[in-house]
Amino acid sequence: MAEEIKVDGTVDITDVVCPVTFVKAKVALEELDGGQVLAIHMNDGEPAQNVPRSMKDEGHQILKLKDNGDGTYDLFVRKAEEQS
Amino acid sequence: MAFSNEQLERYSRHMILKEIGVKGQRKLMNAKVLIIGAGGLGSPAALYLAAAGIGTIGIVDADVVDLSNLQRQVIHTTKDLGKEKVQSARETMEDINPDVKVVTYHEYMTSENILSLVETYDFILDGTDNFPTKFLINDACVMAKKPYCHAGIIRFKGQLMTVIPGEGPCYRCVFKDPPPADAVPTCKQAGVIGAMAGVIGCLQALEAIKYITGTGELLVGNLLTFDALKMEFHKIRLPKRDCNCAVCGDHPTITELIDYKQAVCELCQRG
Repeated sequence: MAEEIKVDGTVDITDVVCPVTFVKAKVALEELDGGQVLAIHMNDGEPAQNVPRSMKDEGHQILKLKDNGDGTYDLFVRKAEEQS
Repeated sequence: MAFSNEQLERYSRHMILKEIGVKGQRKLMNAKVLIIGAGGLGSPAALYLAAAGIGTIGIVDADVVDLSNLQRQVIHTTKDLGKEKVQSARETMEDINPDVKVVTYHEYMTSENILSLVETYDFILDGTDNFPTKFLINDACVMAKKPYCHAGIIRFKGQLMTVIPGEGPCYRCVFKDPPPADAVPTCKQAGVIGAMAGVIGCLQALEAIKYITGTGELLVGNLLTFDALKMEFHKIRLPKRDCNCAVCGDHPTITELIDYKQAVCELCQRG
């Protein structure tokens, strides 16, 4: 494996469905400072397709989408520096 | 304040919006909005503000629900006939959203009670149907330095403007004094298309939400008019604050609130 990503916060969005998946991730991201990294645990399918794109649309940086091999993914997102 | 999964779902369409987001929804949930009048304008405004999750909604009205109200006052239903409007409005708002705290005031607004009420809210909606109260609300909001949204509807026309004391003209800068009693017909005399109340009341709710979340441009220094027959909106740029305005000018002559007389036909039918 490449170097480990330092994670500042985690959130599990496997218990909700679209569009609350993205909203729950947004709420978790709000707790962090700009530049910090959030790990988002999500199900395969709709969340894995849409949440990374929505995060990118909001200006955050997608670091990695890790396939856990069990139907779930971990998305690592670096929060944008400036959030209005 | 942590959001429950139910709240995330309830407000998801707001929170997805970049302009509102998580922070904006928090602001809405911490906000206090006062709606003066639970009638044509107040009904749709109250419905959407409750649905939006405004933390505290105060609602003022001294009337009870009458059959002739139901053509446009959509927060009340046929089974509410005879009920205090504020009570009926409270029940509907709580049905829509149990998160909202509703405070009811079954009374008329007067120079005696308005200032202390307005002072405890963040934003005020004028949903009244008469000029004396419209001027009273304006003057009270100017004195208390509270932002509010004026609106009026009649026949197929409606208008609204937002006043932020110190940042633009007030209602009195534009309209000076109430018209003589009976010079302008009331909705009771002239009629009003019910859906007009929906259009303008919803625009008032939008102004409140935008003010609270700090989103977009408000109708400060602008009068928005709507003519439903022509299907035309006009945004009329208003002159700057009048430094000679009797209430918000540099040397105000109105330093105490005024209870103007109601039109005669209104008083005798009130009983």
